[in-house]
Amino acid sequence: MKIVVCVKQVPDTWAERTLNPTDKTLDRAKVDTVMNEIDEYAVEEAMRIKEANDGSEVTIVTMGPDRAVDTVRKALSMGADKAVHLSDEALHGSCVMQTSDALAKVIGGLEYDLIITGSEATDSRVSVMPALLAERLGIPQLSLARKVTVEPGTKVTIERQTDNGYQVVESSLPAVISVVEKINEPRYPSFKGIMAAKSKPMTTMTAADAGLDTGSLGLEHATTQVTEATNRPPRSGGEIVKDEGDGGVKLAEFLASQKLI
Amino acid sequence: MAEVLVLVEHADGEVKKVTYELLTLARSLGEPSAVLLGGSVSGLADKLGEYGAQKVYIAEDPALDEFLVAPKAEVLAQIVSDSSPGAVLVASSAEGKEVAARAALRTGSGLLTDATGVSDSLEATQNIFGGAIIVTSKVSAGTPFIAVRPNSTAPEPAAASPETVTVTANISDAAKSAKITDTVVEAKGGRPELTEASVVVSGGRGLGGAEHFELIEKLADSLDAAVGASRAATDAGWYPHQNQVGQTGKTVSPQLYMAIGISGAIQHRAGMQTSKTIVAINKDPEAPIFELVDYGIVGDLFDVVPQLTEEITKRK
Ligand SMILES: Cc1cc2nc3c(=O)[nH]c(=O)nc-3n(C[C@H](O)[C@H](O)[C@H](O)COP(=O)(O)OP(=O)(O)OC[C@H]3O[C@@H](n4cnc5c(N)ncnc54)[C@H](O)[C@@H]3O)c2cc1C
Ligand SMILES: Nc1ncnc2c1ncn2[C@@H]1O[C@H](COP(=O)(O)O)[C@@H](O)[C@H]1O
Repeated sequence: MKIVVCVKQVPDTWAERTLNPTDKTLDRAKVDTVMNEIDEYAVEEAMRIKEANDGSEVTIVTMGPDRAVDTVRKALSMGADKAVHLSDEALHGSCVMQTSDALAKVIGGLEYDLIITGSEATDSRVSVMPALLAERLGIPQLSLARKVTVEPGTKVTIERQTDNGYQVVESSLPAVISVVEKINEPRYPSFKGIMAAKSKPMTTMTAADAGLDTGSLGLEHATTQVTEATNRPPRSGGEIVKDEGDGGVKLAEFLASQKLI
Repeated sequence: MAEVLVLVEHADGEVKKVTYELLTLARSLGEPSAVLLGGSVSGLADKLGEYGAQKVYIAEDPALDEFLVAPKAEVLAQIVSDSSPGAVLVASSAEGKEVAARAALRTGSGLLTDATGVSDSLEATQNIFGGAIIVTSKVSAGTPFIAVRPNSTAPEPAAASPETVTVTANISDAAKSAKITDTVVEAKGGRPELTEASVVVSGGRGLGGAEHFELIEKLADSLDAAVGASRAATDAGWYPHQNQVGQTGKTVSPQLYMAIGISGAIQHRAGMQTSKTIVAINKDPEAPIFELVDYGIVGDLFDVVPQLTEEITKRK
């Protein structure tokens, strides 16, 4: 099995995230970054499929600034075999449509039976990348998997998480899968894994290398634009009461005063 | 006025509440038309008229139910190309976003997700980074596709007699590739769906065990509320993951959110910060959740919750 895993570097959710005052894009330079947490589950799932199928290979694909190389290394240290890093100033400010085009072009140049992504990036939170990759590559979309079963060469079946349970969905290969956090428990990179990652092949590409139309990239050509950004005013003025044996009654009175009961 | 398409969300032969919210919103933006897709859905058209749909596009094809997302996206894209609407509104649910994304791509359009409001000029309001920043965004290519969060608009009936337009679904073989072979409902029935509920009662690690979630459920039932949980509670297996609220769970925006035995970590806030009224019960006066509340009780949930449930039941 040839497996491609898309991983994204995102700002640490614990850090204060801000927008660039000039172009209202995420300020990626100032903030601590990590691998998008769900993408660790995507890498883990790829490793489990690889370990169950001799001769498999896992390739990491990421699009992001130069420093995203840290996230690529982490994925390699978890056991992936090689990586492609698309990095180009011209990609700054890309919308989901542009990002999906870029990723699809990079992946289109690789061999793959399965593409695995996370369910959602913690910075954009759009959750549509797997759908867009499936649309662009013309292959089945198996998104929001909480369980994946592969029959190499023939088919793949997932349990797709829904609001009130799950759906069983199956398709032929190749296919795009996205995973939710329930699917597995990602491994920590071992010391050996970290050392080995340093010598694994990593290709760095520019937009032109990936075959992207350099006249249609970045913020200026994005399909969506942020026109205004304001910090949410902190909530304040809340009343906080210590329970003196009548806390439940007091809370009920508050709810009644707000016409909530 | 420009036509505004609303993609209808329905399940088990019923239109979901979010669709009525979208139709209400669409009325403020232009002429609402509903798009009804599924194996056998024409019976739902009348309901859409009750909320002001001027037109209902109906496409019926078994493939729309049997295969995931792609067939719906193809038909929606086809309707958008034929009718050139001013905008397309969908629910910001998992499937709503995926259908919209693929249809937007097919029509050379842009997509905004998780909108909490849409202005006359079709600019969407979004809360980003866990609700810390409010942005206004617009689509600058093709037809604006906007996925709107449930509970963003109060649904208001406005009777209309919609014209029905039967659409022939031209679904490609490629779109019939991810086959749904089974649909399993696991959630306990009876309670409203988390993202649609107007009241959400959530429990966290403070409950100390799965058996104590009964306290939360009883309180929720006294309020006709949905039950939520923090990740600490779902990770411990005390409550199903489907009920997790937060960055890696559901985003909710109810009239009332109650956080019980939840500390209020930033990842939890990301899923509930835009709730209209927030209350908390926590024994630690320093818990960060108290920074968000309209009303908070510092106390032991095992004392406060049963008393609250009793008081609410008494007042009914
Ligand atoms: C990438 C990432 C994503 C995450 N996504 C999510 C997410 O989607 N949703 C989410 O919720 N979390 C998420 N988390 C986890 C989050 O950081 C917190 O760990 C989690 O929200 C804590 O849950 P909690 O508040 O129930 O537990 P705790 O933080 O342990 O808080 C328990 C609270 O209960 C109170 N308490 C204890 N006993 C009682 C009692 N008898 N009466 C009253 N109060 C009591 C305590 O004072 C305490 O404040 C994420 C973390 C990461 C790193
Ligand atoms: N720039 C990127 N590079 C690589 N993978 C990405 C990128 N953006 C999104 N993804 C993948 O798509 C998934 C869903 O992201 P999103 O649709 O942006 O919420 C993520 O979990 C990643 O696996």
